[in-house]
Amino acid sequence: MVEFDRSVLGVESSPISYEVEKGAIRKFAEAIGDEDPMYYDEQAAQALGFKSLVAPPTFLCTFRAQELPDLKIQFGRVRLNGGNEYEYFQPIYAGDTISVTAKYADVAERTGRTGSMVFIITELTYRNQRGEVVAIGRNTGIMRE
Amino acid sequence: MAKQPVYYDDVNVGDPVPTLEKRPTRRQLVKYAGASGDYYEIHYDHHFAVNAGLKDGVIVHGLLTAGWLAQMLTDWLPSPTALKKFGVSYRAMARPGDTIACQGKIMHKYVKDGEHLVDCEIYAENQRGEKCAVGTATAALPTRS
Repeated sequence: MVEFDRSVLGVESSPISYEVEKGAIRKFAEAIGDEDPMYYDEQAAQALGFKSLVAPPTFLCTFRAQELPDLKIQFGRVRLNGGNEYEYFQPIYAGDTISVTAKYADVAERTGRTGSMVFIITELTYRNQRGEVVAIGRNTGIMRE
Repeated sequence: MAKQPVYYDDVNVGDPVPTLEKRPTRRQLVKYAGASGDYYEIHYDHHFAVNAGLKDGVIVHGLLTAGWLAQMLTDWLPSPTALKKFGVSYRAMARPGDTIACQGKIMHKYVKDGEHLVDCEIYAENQRGEKCAVGTATAALPTRS
């Protein structure tokens, strides 16, 4: 089993806040290639019952958490994103302020057909300006030889 | 965008989610790097990617593939806020020049806590028949009654 600093598991980062800008939602939708007007045109979004531009589901990834303490893992040279999971409780609109906290939930080593890999699970909590949890996330980072 | 509303009453287990096709370019990866804030060079710098162990060069951001799968769902759903859970794992590399087909299918249909829910399997497949991302999504649908 790969060595790491277990004392870091479960330690929550201090929150970082982000103002959700219309331009950021537009640019994000444009980068995905999603032309739905609710991401570009405030009147189109309001016609659908939203108070302003609404954030696309994976926009959560733009809210980067404070860097977590070092797990002190010496392994491999390739870092890959293994997966992303989100659970949604409230919409995120332009004009909201979203704060994000993160913590390492688990570290596991597995051997597959391409050799050994280390999986690092990070859990994220996203809150709006009213303190409501709008979403939670779970990211799997992979360290590969 | 005029959407055909999807009602819980009208969908069945086994029904497909309308397919969305994407043809990523390196330019799109640069745009996504900027819009998402993920500037890891394996997504736009060929030599960096090769040196990092990716012998065929740059790869698509996992979260961009996730963004396409989310777009497939929000194109189909009455509102992006209908999406309750969304999760994907990345299994194979997607590269600039690939044709990525985002697909999905309803696996379960049920009522829970007053919400009419469908669980879908979702995946993004390249032209080589490799599944670049696989996952599941849960959405709440309106009813006719």
